[in-house]
Amino acid sequence: MRMHDHSHDHPHANELSDPEARTRALETILVQKGLVDPEAIDEIIETYAKRVGPQNGAQVVARAWCDPQFADALRQDATSAIASMGFQGRQAEHMEVLWNGDGVHNMVVCTLCSCYPWAVLGLPPVWYKSPPYRARAVAEPRKVLAEFGVTLPKKTKVRVWDSTAEVRYLVIPERPPGTEGLDEAALAALVTRDSMIGTGIVEVGS
Amino acid sequence: MNGPQDLGGRGGFGPVRPEIDEPVFHADWEGRALGLTLCAGALGHWNLDESRHARECLPPAFYLSANYYDIWLSALEVLLERHGEVNAEERSACAPLKPGLRPERKLPADAIFATLSKGGPVDRAATKPAQFAIGDRVRTFDARMNDHTRMPEYAMGRLGTITGLRGCHVFPDTNARGEGEQPTWLYAVTFDGTELWGAGAEPDTQITIDAFEPYLTHA
Repeated sequence: MRMHDHSHDHPHANELSDPEARTRALETILVQKGLVDPEAIDEIIETYAKRVGPQNGAQVVARAWCDPQFADALRQDATSAIASMGFQGRQAEHMEVLWNGDGVHNMVVCTLCSCYPWAVLGLPPVWYKSPPYRARAVAEPRKVLAEFGVTLPKKTKVRVWDSTAEVRYLVIPERPPGTEGLDEAALAALVTRDSMIGTGIVEVGS
Repeated sequence: MNGPQDLGGRGGFGPVRPEIDEPVFHADWEGRALGLTLCAGALGHWNLDESRHARECLPPAFYLSANYYDIWLSALEVLLERHGEVNAEERSACAPLKPGLRPERKLPADAIFATLSKGGPVDRAATKPAQFAIGDRVRTFDARMNDHTRMPEYAMGRLGTITGLRGCHVFPDTNARGEGEQPTWLYAVTFDGTELWGAGAEPDTQITIDAFEPYLTHA
């Protein structure tokens, strides 16, 4: 028997238990109704577990470091330049790149939800979607950076980008010194996910 | 909206806790919930903005403590019920009790690559000229609201500068309510830290948001 029969358009917190069982129930129902193909779900999982991740963004960064023409193309139209490397589509429809260096450090947040450039960085890490980062990145970015082990010189300007619309940001970190002899593939291997969010820097031999 | 999702500048959440070598998914159901969300979205009953608003309307205590995929899952339950595809009785029974409405829109596995590669661009043809130019000083509107908006509360009623022209995009505030895309000019607006946080601002910080034209007035 129902305790009350008002609309379930607004769930109560005590109805939101056991996400594993609720996910299974919803998938069972949607598949049996012919609304969802379970193999499509497998394919989505496979895509973000294996094929689309920060290794994509790292290739963009390495090319930006090595190829001035590509760097210019990124400045002109980042979406197209990134798509020319095969990285495009969902959650990268409208890309902007942010260049770290020359006394400026950029970092990216989505205070309102979890906006993140999937096509170049994959799915966001848990901390990026969680209240501490979303609350504090805009208000005390230097303290947050310090928690990631990034201590900036006082004279470095900090620029925080809150992804409040459908523009997605990719930070191009500074190329570390001592990497002059490395090719694009070797450089890409140095580029970390956090450095492309702006919560890390690229280091050699760390 | 004035809900639990609007987190910029709020206190009391403690340190950021990055996880070393974090896996893409922490449990199998997370990937299934992600896949269900994308596949159910392809049925076309709702748009991105309505789905965001459904997440914002979840109970605040739940929203602030939940696994993020559970936020998506919980909003998906709301959306499927609202649009007549799956109701609470069916969820309890773990079985369909009535036919699906749009089986012809089912996303097949072999369409996933093309669908994800295409994405969902939101830029649209402009219907009127932009009211602001780079360098303009602007003040953001200041009205807390329960409808969906992409104007974060921490930047409401503040003075900023137009630093980027983003083009004409779908307006989330109307699109979330089923009032259409109403393409609207979008700008990067940059604020000095001190304008947002007063004396508590960290030195030499600037914050940029992407703000739709109706959020702004000439200052």
